[in-house]
Parts: sequence; structure tokens; C-alpha cells
Amino acid sequence: MHLSKEEEAMFAGEQGRATQKAMQILVALGKIYDAERLIRVSSVQVSGVSYKNLGDAGLEFLNELARDGRARVKTTLNPAGMSLTDWESQGIASGFAEKQLEVIGAYEKLGIEISCTCTPYLAGNEPVFGNHIAWGESSAVAYANSVIGARTNREGGPSALAASLTGRTPLYGLHLRENRVPTVAVDVEAQLRRPEDFATMGYFVGRAVKDGLPRFRGVKRAALEDLKTLSAALASSGGVAMFHIEGLTPESALRAKGLETLTFTGKELAETRSMLNDDGTPDFVSVGCPHCSLTELATLAKLLSGRRVRREFWVCCSREVKRQGDEAGHSRVIEKSGAKFALDTCMVVAPVEELGFKVVATNSAKACHYVRNAGLKVRFMSLEQCVEEATRGA
Amino acid sequence: MKLKGRAIFEGKAQGRALVSSSPMSFYGGVNPDTGEVVERGSELAGQSVKGRVLVFPYGKGSTVGSYVLYRLAKNGAAPCAIVNAKCETIVAVGAIISEIPCVDMVDVCKIKPGVRVRIDGATLDF
Repeated sequence: MHLSKEEEAMFAGEQGRATQKAMQILVALGKIYDAERLIRVSSVQVSGVSYKNLGDAGLEFLNELARDGRARVKTTLNPAGMSLTDWESQGIASGFAEKQLEVIGAYEKLGIEISCTCTPYLAGNEPVFGNHIAWGESSAVAYANSVIGARTNREGGPSALAASLTGRTPLYGLHLRENRVPTVAVDVEAQLRRPEDFATMGYFVGRAVKDGLPRFRGVKRAALEDLKTLSAALASSGGVAMFHIEGLTPESALRAKGLETLTFTGKELAETRSMLNDDGTPDFVSVGCPHCSLTELATLAKLLSGRRVRREFWVCCSREVKRQGDEAGHSRVIEKSGAKFALDTCMVVAPVEELGFKVVATNSAKACHYVRNAGLKVRFMSLEQCVEEATRGA
Repeated sequence: MKLKGRAIFEGKAQGRALVSSSPMSFYGGVNPDTGEVVERGSELAGQSVKGRVLVFPYGKGSTVGSYVLYRLAKNGAAPCAIVNAKCETIVAVGAIISEIPCVDMVDVCKIKPGVRVRIDGATLDF
């Protein structure tokens, strides 16, 4: 792989130990994936923040990098395993909290914005069409590639950090136009009325296409919230990093001939929806996976106005969107109902299995997937039904 | 026998080969404190990777696996080298951050379990 003079210097350790480590990672990845050179990235989203997933080893690695490493481009952070300020009221054990705050301290020292959200594109990390970026967080990767038309591979924690500390990533995979063409067609015959229908479709298609690049036909309209939850579902049941929707997403003109075709009808919609549902009465309701948009906060405020929740109810969103919700007057209404904002975190990365909940109700197919893996039961329902579930008598 | 591969992380090491014919997952598959393989159904289950030249076709599973290799190294329980048919991101990143010599593009079937392997850069000698 060709390296520029400056990159050679980084590789040789002339710009410090952390930069050298980062450059070693990028060069090895370039070798493995036959990249001819490195390219500059305009932003980075780092995954691997929850102490639940990092453990002591991850923390030690971050501390080592933070000795002399610094972010060279705009870098934002995935959600943590708890709210950084209200972890006590969330029921988080102090041992966990201490370690989690240490992780955050290392990221802060590295010059990374403590944004703690899986929707950086709603909170100030907003690439535009054609930008090369290096993002972790699978749902944001699918959203950035597909909806924005920015270019990123699915980065893991260390490779995203390496991109941040050098401002570069190897040129391969989805950074190249020829790898952004669809590999499978999906004919959508089901009526997609609500975000949960998009999530259900994403869950079905992700399982079927694994790490393929699906191109949907027959979707007439899709709001930001639909695309957000579709991205998350595709990337959790499968390894989808990009998709196209004919007539809607910016690169949907990229075509390939003779593709295998899947059909998504009302039958698949109903079957997948029921597959995402366990039995049991929810003792925990959580919305905002991926983190809520301002529109979702407005809807929640309308639904919760004048009502009282009778179960633990988490509204997961970024501090930035919460701030916008404060200004618009939504946050006050939501909190008055007894629902809690879960900032910096969510039900997927928080140690929910240790908080004593048994059955979680959520409007996210991605959350169903991961919360189930953590050993809890799940109920998959619409935002409206989540509110009904949370407010009805015991 | 001498085999030449591709160095993912260059270094020198020698040890006895521990060979898995199926892909390996480190996250959940190897105890990060002891090096014992704990993945159910793995042909190496119950054996330790500590100090061995660990040979397997390629890595699989969660990207957190890179950090498991790092933790093994910090605990003195890491393999002394890794040899793959085709290295992927999880193992490559893990080897680099843990400074474990790692070679790929090697016909791993040629390495018999238990033989002494010497590694120098991209070359294997056994």
C-alpha cells in the first residue's frame, strides 16, 4: 500500500506511540482488504463505549492510547452503559459507574466529543453526500451510507479510533463506488404505514441477505424515523452496511442486472412481527433505539400529555435532541408523566439484565434482538402502543 | 518445512502449534484471564492458547474479540503467535494492539498440531 511522507512518519512512530499504533491498524486493514492507499476522512463515530462490552481490557487499551493520542478530525461517541449524570436513579451499581466514567474520561482526553449517541447525524456530526467518513455503530453506518450518501465501512471500535487519531482510513469497500451497487432486489408489496413496519421489514431482509446490499422497490414514502429504524433493523439481524430505496435514497440509480429478488408481502410482515414478540406483561417500556428524533419527542409529548406512566418508561435520546425538546416544550410534558429521559445510553448498551426487569416493551426491532440476547423477554409494538402499555392500570 | 505468508504484525516467536480447523471467536470463546478455549463445540475446548502458536483459518464473532486478545496479552495468557489462512479485522486489530506476531496467507492444513513452529516476520519454520 502506498503511504504519503506524513503517513510514513506516523507509521514510524515520529508522531507518538498512539498515532503509530493507529497507523499500524490502518496499514494492516489496508493490506487485508487490498487498499492501494489511505484517504482522509471528514468525521469519525466511535463505537465501543459501554463498559458492559469493553471490560477492563478495553479500558486499559483506551488509557494507553490516551497517553499521547489526540483526535485529528471531528469525532463523536456512541452511547455509554448509563446516563453520565443520572446513573444512580437508573439503578446502576456504583462499581459499574466508576468504570464507565473512567472510559468516558479516556475518550475525553483523546479529544473526542462526549456526545454518547447512536444518531450522530441528529446531533452535530452531519456529513454530506460523498464525504468519506469512518463510523462505527452499525445503524448509523447504514443510515450514513444509504440515506445521506456519505461513504463508510462498518468500523469496529479500534479501527474507528485509528481513523480518528490519524484522520485517515484505508480506501476499500464502501469507499469505492463499484462496491455500492445492489446485490439483491427486494419487492415491497406490504403496506408500510408506520416506522415499526419499516423496522419489521428491515429485520426480515437483514436475516435473509446477511451482509448483502439490498435495493428496495415499491416504497412510496419514508420519513426520517422510518429510515432510522429500517437502518438499525437491517444492521442487527444481518450485517447490512448500505441499502437503496428506488426513487428515495440518493444513490438508488446504481443498478445491477439479474439480481436475486426477495418479496416482502403482508404475510412476511405479520410473521416477522409475531417472531419479534414473546409473551408476558411488560415491566419496562423503552423507546428510542436508535435515539429519538425531535419529531418522536413531539409525538411522545402529545401522547403522554395529562397522563401518568405506571411502569418504568425510558425515552432514550441524545443530549442535543433533548435540548431541542426542551426548547420546543416537549421535554417538560414527557417528564411530567413520570417517563424518564435516558440520556447518553439506551436499553441495548445499559446492563438492563442487572436492573431486575423481565419483559421489555419497545418500538425497535434492533432493541428486541439485543435485549433478547441479554436474556429478557420482549414485546414489539408501536410508539402509541408503548405509551398505552406504560399508562394502563397494573 | 518452510512456509512464507504475509506479515500482519511482524515479530519473532516460537512455540508448539495449537490448531483449530474451524474459525475462532475470541469474545465468549476464550477465557480472557486464563487463555482456556471455552467455546462450546470447539475442537480446542478445554485447551489453553497460552504460549502456543495458534493456527486457525480465520476469526469470527464480535469485534470486541480484539480486546479479548489484548486482555490475554496483559494477563500473560496470550498465544505467542497467530497464523491464519485469511486474517480478518478482529484478529488483525487484536494482534496489533496486543503486539502478537501474526502471519496470514498460509496453507494452515500443513501445520500439524503439536509441532514446534518458529516465526520470523512472514516466514514459518517447522
